[in-house]
Amino acid sequence: MFQQFSFNHVLFMLTGLGWTIGLAAIALVGGSIAGSVLTLMRVSSNPVLSRIAQFYIFVVQGTPLLVTLFIAYFGTTYLGFSIAPLTAIAVAFSFYAAAFLGDIWRGAIQSVPVGQREGAHALGLSRAHAMRYIIVPQAIRIATPPTVGFFVQLIKNTSLASVVGIVELTRTSQIVSNATFKPLEVYLTAALFYFLVCFPITLFSRSLERRLSA
Amino acid sequence: MSASDSVVSARKVSKFFAGFQALRDIDLDVVKGETIVVCGPSGSGKSTLIRCLNALEQHQSGELVVCGIELTAARQSIDAVRRRTGMVFQNFNLFPHMTVIENCMIAPMKVKGMSRDEARATAERFLKRVHIPEQADKYPAQLSGGQQQRVAIARALSMNPDVMLFDEPTSALDPEMVREVLDTMVELAREGATMICVTHEMNFARQVADRVIFMDKGNIIESGAPETFFAKPETDRAREFLAQILH
Ligand SMILES: Nc1ncnc2c1ncn2[C@@H]1O[C@H](COP(=O)(O)OP(=O)(O)OP(=O)(O)O)[C@@H](O)[C@H]1O
Ligand SMILES: [Mg+2]
Repeated sequence: MFQQFSFNHVLFMLTGLGWTIGLAAIALVGGSIAGSVLTLMRVSSNPVLSRIAQFYIFVVQGTPLLVTLFIAYFGTTYLGFSIAPLTAIAVAFSFYAAAFLGDIWRGAIQSVPVGQREGAHALGLSRAHAMRYIIVPQAIRIATPPTVGFFVQLIKNTSLASVVGIVELTRTSQIVSNATFKPLEVYLTAALFYFLVCFPITLFSRSLERRLSA
Repeated sequence: MSASDSVVSARKVSKFFAGFQALRDIDLDVVKGETIVVCGPSGSGKSTLIRCLNALEQHQSGELVVCGIELTAARQSIDAVRRRTGMVFQNFNLFPHMTVIENCMIAPMKVKGMSRDEARATAERFLKRVHIPEQADKYPAQLSGGQQQRVAIARALSMNPDVMLFDEPTSALDPEMVREVLDTMVELAREGATMICVTHEMNFARQVADRVIFMDKGNIIESGAPETFFAKPETDRAREFLAQILH
C-alpha cells in the first residue's frame, strides 16, 4: 500500500533541502578559499606556480563532477582514510568549485585594463598594493555576475551527491516518490524548492549587474 | 649644473621589443626646473622613452639615472624612482572605483604612509591647484575628460614628485577641453616644476618649453630651444614633421 503524499513528506524533503544548502555552502566557502589560492597562482609572475594552477584547472574542469565525487568517495575509503563520506563529498565539491572560480577570477583580474596597473605603478604602489587596492576591487565587479551564475549551477549540482548516499533534496524526493508513487507531485515540489533557493540569487545577480553597469 | 640638479641622465640607452629597437643609444640630460617637450612622428619612440624613465618599460642597455637613482632591474631602484616621478597618461588611467579625492590619497597613504587626514589635506591642496576642489567626492566617470585629466595631474602631484612625465595628455580630449589641461600644465611649468612632456601642442612648447626634443626612429635627432627648433629645424625629418603638424 502506498502512502499519501503528506505534509510530513514535505518536511522530510525540507531536511533534504537543508543538506543541499549545507553542501552548497561548504562548496562555496571551500571553493572560494581554494579558488583564491588558484587565482593568485595563476596571475603570479612565477611560471611554475602558474602552470600548476593551470594544469589543475584543466584537469578538474575536464572531469565530470560525478567522476570527481566517485574518486573522492571511493578513493578515500580505498586508501584507508576513515573520513566521513560527507567530508569526502564536501572536499570534492570544493575542489570542483575551485577550478571554476579560479578561472573566472583570473579572467576578471586580467580583464582589468592594463592602464590601471600602470597608473598604480607610476604612483609607486607596490605590486601587492596595486593588486589589493586597484586591481582586485575592479575585478570583483567584473567577476560578480559569472560567480553568482556559477553558484546557482553549483547548488543544483549538489543533487549529484545523492548517488554516494547523501540524503539531500533529490535523494529525499526519490525516497518520498518511491513511498507515495506520486513522482510528478514530489519532483515538482523538489523543483519548487530548488527554484526558491536559486531564483533570489539569480535576481540578486541581475540587479547587481544592472547596478554595476550603471 | 651640480650633480644634485640632475633629474634625468641617460647615456646610450637602448630599448628593444622582441628584436625591434625602439630606442637607439639615447643620450639625454634634464635638470631641475626644466620643461622639455618631446615630439616626433608616430612610432618614433616618444612613449617608450618616457616610460623607460619610470621603468614602466625597462631599457636593456646603457645607463639611466633618474632622480639620482640608477635604474636597474632591481626592485628597489624601480620603486625608488617611481616614488619620485609622477606620470600623466593619454587615457588618464584614473581608478574608476574611487572618488576623485581617494584617487589622490591612495599613493600618499600606501607609499608614503601618510595618515588619512594628512593625505586628504594634501589631496585637497592639489585639487585646488588644478582648479577642481569642488569635484573631490565625485567619481571619475562623472567628470568631463578635461576634468579627469586634471585629476590625474593632481593625483601625480600629490606624491610631490621631482619630475612630472606627460604622455600626450591632451590627445584623448575633445578640442574644447584641451585648453584647460594645457593651462594647468603651463601654470605648473611657470611654478618651476620639472616636466617632460610628449605632446604635439606646439603652442605649449612655445610658451613654456626650455627645450624641444625631436625623435625619429628611436633616435633623438634634434634638441634645442623652441624658437630655434620652430624657426629653423636642422633636419628634413623635423621640417616635414613641422609642416604636417602646423598645417
Ligand atoms: N609593447 C610593445 N611591444 C612591441 N613593440 C612596441 C611596444 N611598444 C611600442 N612598440 C613599438 O616601438 C615603437 C615606438 O613606440 P612608441 O609607442 O614609443 O612610439 P610613439 O613615438 O610614442 O608613437 P605615438 O605617437 O604613436 O604614440 C613603435 O614602432 C611601436 O610599434
Ligand atoms: Mg606614444
